[in-house]
Amino acid sequence: MSFPISDDGVASGLLFGILFGYVLESAGFGSPRKLTAQFRFTDWSVFKVMFTAIIVAAAGLAAANATGVMKFDDIFIPTTYFWATLAGGALVGAGMAIGGYCPGTSAAGFASGRLDAFVFMAGMIVGTGAFAAAFDFIKPFYLAAAGPEGQTLQSLFGISDWAILAILLAAAVGGFALGGRLERAAGGALTAQSLDADAADGGSPGPSVVGLEISQRKSA
Amino acid sequence: MNASVRPFWPPLAAGVALGATLFATFLVTGHGLGASGSFTGATAWLGDKIAPGAAHENGYLGPMLSGNPLAGWISWELLGVLLGALLAAITSGRFRVRVDGPTRLSGGRRLALALAGGVLSGFGARLARGCTSGLGLSGGAPLAVAAFLFLIGFFVVGVAAGYLMRRTWA
Repeated sequence: MSFPISDDGVASGLLFGILFGYVLESAGFGSPRKLTAQFRFTDWSVFKVMFTAIIVAAAGLAAANATGVMKFDDIFIPTTYFWATLAGGALVGAGMAIGGYCPGTSAAGFASGRLDAFVFMAGMIVGTGAFAAAFDFIKPFYLAAAGPEGQTLQSLFGISDWAILAILLAAAVGGFALGGRLERAAGGALTAQSLDADAADGGSPGPSVVGLEISQRKSA
Repeated sequence: MNASVRPFWPPLAAGVALGATLFATFLVTGHGLGASGSFTGATAWLGDKIAPGAAHENGYLGPMLSGNPLAGWISWELLGVLLGALLAAITSGRFRVRVDGPTRLSGGRRLALALAGGVLSGFGARLARGCTSGLGLSGGAPLAVAAFLFLIGFFVVGVAAGYLMRRTWA
């Protein structure tokens, strides 16, 4: 059998989606309060989970490439369009700081019962429609400063993929240590129990009163 | 405290599980996980229903309407994300219907923030050609420059906006 199998069927989509969603919710990434706390450095789960996942998958891909099981040339590697990539990342970051989610975590939030996450998803469709409507106007910016197709860090810096992995691993170890320290200073990362207790005590109005007769809650 | 609510996984364990899932996705499909692409398909589909002429003429959505914009792998994957997260939330006692967001805000204001954030995120994901999962995570695994550039923009502006919003969200 040669890899990738290139199975883009329904079963493959459902299987990997289910695993992805299960892990996202289990990590606490259905909670907009946990996600936004990363940006205030009081909960480092987003950094820890994302960095760990990238390193684990990168190590697997590098090993597969080195052994010839699956070459980098045979998988999808995105291309940089400097300004669009950077500005797009900035907007997705601002969207999370304001609205509480990114696209994938909004799905995890909605599936765990959060109606605000559904509204976030509706907002994404509006934003996508706005992008499409303005596409002709945006196009020069969208295509500006294109990098080499599928450029990797190893080709940019001219060092091996294992050296890049070692640097990422060192950054992750440092991030875990610093993050753990700042989390303790802030009273610990947000737990499922405390978030649920806040939602239960009236901090979150139930679905029957959404947008109708919600009293303004004073700050705790 | 509700004793039936199970704790989240430790971040290291969740990260290893996510990385393994992502690696397996590459082995089977040749690409990574994603999310925003399914919303692009949904937008094209909706545009075709609401204003078919404009949607087909549109330079961005038009090409997607030569086939069924909802039929791609990414749509099934997003359906899977919803099912997987639902399963995790229900079996852990964490499922609760609610309007989440900053505890000091009313439900209506929380929804307004979610809508505004969603609009920015939807626009930004199209501009970047992917989101935190499709570009940041799945591009990060093969060590793509684009992924790390995206993540720099994501974290720098996220932290700045998070600072401006700190009295709201904290």
